[in-house]
Amino acid sequence: MASVRSAVSVKITPPMAAPTGREPQTPLEMRMTVAHVNFYYGPKQVLFDINLNIASNKVTSLIGPSGCGKSTLLRTLNRMHETVRSARLQGEILIDNQNILAQDVTALRRRVGMLFQRPNPFPKSIFDNVAYGLRINGVKGSIADAVEKSLRHAALWDEVKDQLHKSAYELSGGQQQRLCIARALAVEPEVLLLDEPCSALDPISTAKIEELLVQLRDLCTIVIVTHNMQQAARVSDFTAFLLTGQLIEFSPTPLLFTTPSDARTEAYITGRFG
Amino acid sequence: MATTSTTVPSAGPITGSRSFLSKLRDGDEIARLVTFIFAGSVVLITLLLVYELWRESYLPRHKFGFAFFVTSVWDPIFDKFGALPFIYGTVVTATLALLIAVPLGIGAAIFLAELAPARISDTLQFFIDLLAAVPSVIYGLLGVFVVIPVMRQYIQPALKSSLGFLPFFQGPGYGVGFLTAGIVLAIMVIPYIISVSREVLISVPRDQREAALALGATRWESTWKVVLPFARTGIMGSIFLALARALGETMAVTMVIGNTPTISASLFSPGYSIAAVIANEFTEATGDLYLQSLIELGLVLFLLTFLLNGLARLLIVATSQRGSGMGQA
Amino acid sequence: MSNRLRWRKFVSNFMLTMTGLCALVAVSVLFFILGYLVYHGGTSISWDFFTKLPAPVGETGGGMANAILGSAKLLFLATLLGVPIGFFGAIYLAEFSGGTIAFVVRYAADLLNGVPSIVIGIFAYSLVVLPFKHFSALAGGFALGLMMIPITLRSTEEFLRAVPRALREGAMALGASQWKTIASVVVPAAYRGILTAILLAFARVAGETAPLLFTAFGNRFWSSGWDQPTASLPVMIFTYAIAPYDDWHRQAWAAGLVLLGLILIINIIARVILSRGVAVPRT
Repeated sequence: MASVRSAVSVKITPPMAAPTGREPQTPLEMRMTVAHVNFYYGPKQVLFDINLNIASNKVTSLIGPSGCGKSTLLRTLNRMHETVRSARLQGEILIDNQNILAQDVTALRRRVGMLFQRPNPFPKSIFDNVAYGLRINGVKGSIADAVEKSLRHAALWDEVKDQLHKSAYELSGGQQQRLCIARALAVEPEVLLLDEPCSALDPISTAKIEELLVQLRDLCTIVIVTHNMQQAARVSDFTAFLLTGQLIEFSPTPLLFTTPSDARTEAYITGRFG
Repeated sequence: MATTSTTVPSAGPITGSRSFLSKLRDGDEIARLVTFIFAGSVVLITLLLVYELWRESYLPRHKFGFAFFVTSVWDPIFDKFGALPFIYGTVVTATLALLIAVPLGIGAAIFLAELAPARISDTLQFFIDLLAAVPSVIYGLLGVFVVIPVMRQYIQPALKSSLGFLPFFQGPGYGVGFLTAGIVLAIMVIPYIISVSREVLISVPRDQREAALALGATRWESTWKVVLPFARTGIMGSIFLALARALGETMAVTMVIGNTPTISASLFSPGYSIAAVIANEFTEATGDLYLQSLIELGLVLFLLTFLLNGLARLLIVATSQRGSGMGQA
Repeated sequence: MSNRLRWRKFVSNFMLTMTGLCALVAVSVLFFILGYLVYHGGTSISWDFFTKLPAPVGETGGGMANAILGSAKLLFLATLLGVPIGFFGAIYLAEFSGGTIAFVVRYAADLLNGVPSIVIGIFAYSLVVLPFKHFSALAGGFALGLMMIPITLRSTEEFLRAVPRALREGAMALGASQWKTIASVVVPAAYRGILTAILLAFARVAGETAPLLFTAFGNRFWSSGWDQPTASLPVMIFTYAIAPYDDWHRQAWAAGLVLLGLILIINIIARVILSRGVAVPRT
């Protein structure tokens, strides 16, 4: 079987599986590209020559056992790694073919939003949480309309429309996470990064958010890190499997889960380790 | 084995944290600089303080040298300045204060930490914290109008008649003096001993107490023989803290100590402390030598409290680390 | 039950009762002080007390209006010096600094905190009184401000540190720069603790007398501007208490009640604010 990795190159070639006739050959637009990325915390290298394309308006998931570097990789996509002093990045990361490392980071983060493992709403009202990104980015125009729009996209509007002034902490965990989604969507990002967004939530909230993610593809490109393989299989269009800092396999999701091309991928998804 | 190319062509810049320029543009570098200036000013001020104390005391340091600390004559008219009476008074009153405050304070702390249910303990601690907030001059006020008369009319005569054979309780008692100052100081430092000791005792791990009780010890035995020794260093720290406070205490002491530079074994005798003499004579000091002698006394006080506070901090930190299991049992 | 055991139990109960007594004694001192002040000072608090100047020596009557205003001026200056340094310095420590510098600054602050207030007075004297050759409110305010710095600095730093990292990252992920994150998320999240710290520092220096004795000194009249000797409530209490006039003693009690009342009220308010809770997300 042709190695998938050799098909993934720096430029705009989509991750093509071996021609089986099953997959449509429509060329995909790439929103972000990761090229030859090596990552270090101090002297310790944690990511080794990662090459990846993130397809526009699709959901790409990063899976792998704990410590494989999937969260680290995610955090490079919006340069959040720079909050750690000892972090060093080598390589290029492009968004729409522009190197993110050469841009102004605050402008970048408006285009690439992020959701965290545990909901982290600000100690402000629901309205002010969603409006926060708009306000600090100096957005003109009606903030109230934008807030409503975001809350609708996050499937939260009906539940909170009468309590916008209440503190965000009065919401349940699942609602808080959806609030964080609304907050991130308010600034109309091109890419949304999600770092295990459901791991702190109950199954019902998880299901609601997974439903949401599939719909959000129309609005933006989504990259999700998850340790839950079933979730990756349910939600994503493309899946990347990482192991100890290396990208082992990257394919369309159904393909990776049914006919993985690498033995290690197969071992992981069948639960032989993890 | 997937082929990871070992030669990594670094196709791009190496970036660690954000570039300086990007931070500058965002205003972050300015914010960092501005806040650094404020933080740095604290260090500058402290250095300046030590420098000023040293500089403004050069006259007596050169004239008297070490003799300053052992001469007991304080005679401004003849330019003779000796610090001994003040050092003596400071030490005596602080010792007395500790003798009274430490048993009372530790006792109260034991009650609050071991016996009282959480709500009562917190409520009482709240009042203790308020007590610590009472300013020195108010204690002085009560010292002058309550403690001094009580000393003069009841306590001093009682002590004299019962323990008058001891040199401590001889001589006439006018209400003012070392003992009165010691008592007032004791009241002032008790809250500090209680607060810190209570924290330290609470941080002793449960299983220490439970081990003792499981062996059949009474509650008091478990407290006295197991918990207290475990918390020993932290409690020492609280005592040092209280001592530092007592040494530097000015107003209450100067209002009840009698303000006479005397060295006497009798606790009824009026005396003087370092802080009290500075407070009383600073504005009256004629001539540089006089003023600078007072400043040198201030330097001495500063050094004493600096050492004690440093020791206290070390001891308290050491206990809290033991409590979290980092020390050996 | 053996005799020995009976004895041990008796000792235990006895000693534990004694500790309860110790606690009782300690707490009752507070109420004794309050009660005494109310009893002796309560009757002397009058409109005159707050509005009139001190009467000439030996005469009865008069008030402490100038001391009250003087204290207000001094505390205003102290807050102007102490709070910004403490607040912004704490932001530096909590948000920007590395290990070594932070250690040095904290050590200096703790050192400053431990300096006896009379020595702070000496420092303020040599820095502000000597060059200008007279006592002033500036010198007194400077001394008190110095004392406010360590309390404000250390407490504010603690409360800033207590704000969870997740909140900071949430703001930065939305495109906020570091200073915007601090100003719009971190500080608001910590505001209760910071306010408490400032109030407690204020209450602490409001009652200080020693550092004012040779900086602001005192004044039997109004002091105009900031460069004159200025009366203050604590110094007035001291002066009146040790004087031989009964009327002055009466006024000292009244002033003591006002001062202590103010300080206790501020302390209680500060602690109530704090106990209302720091904003922490429900998990």
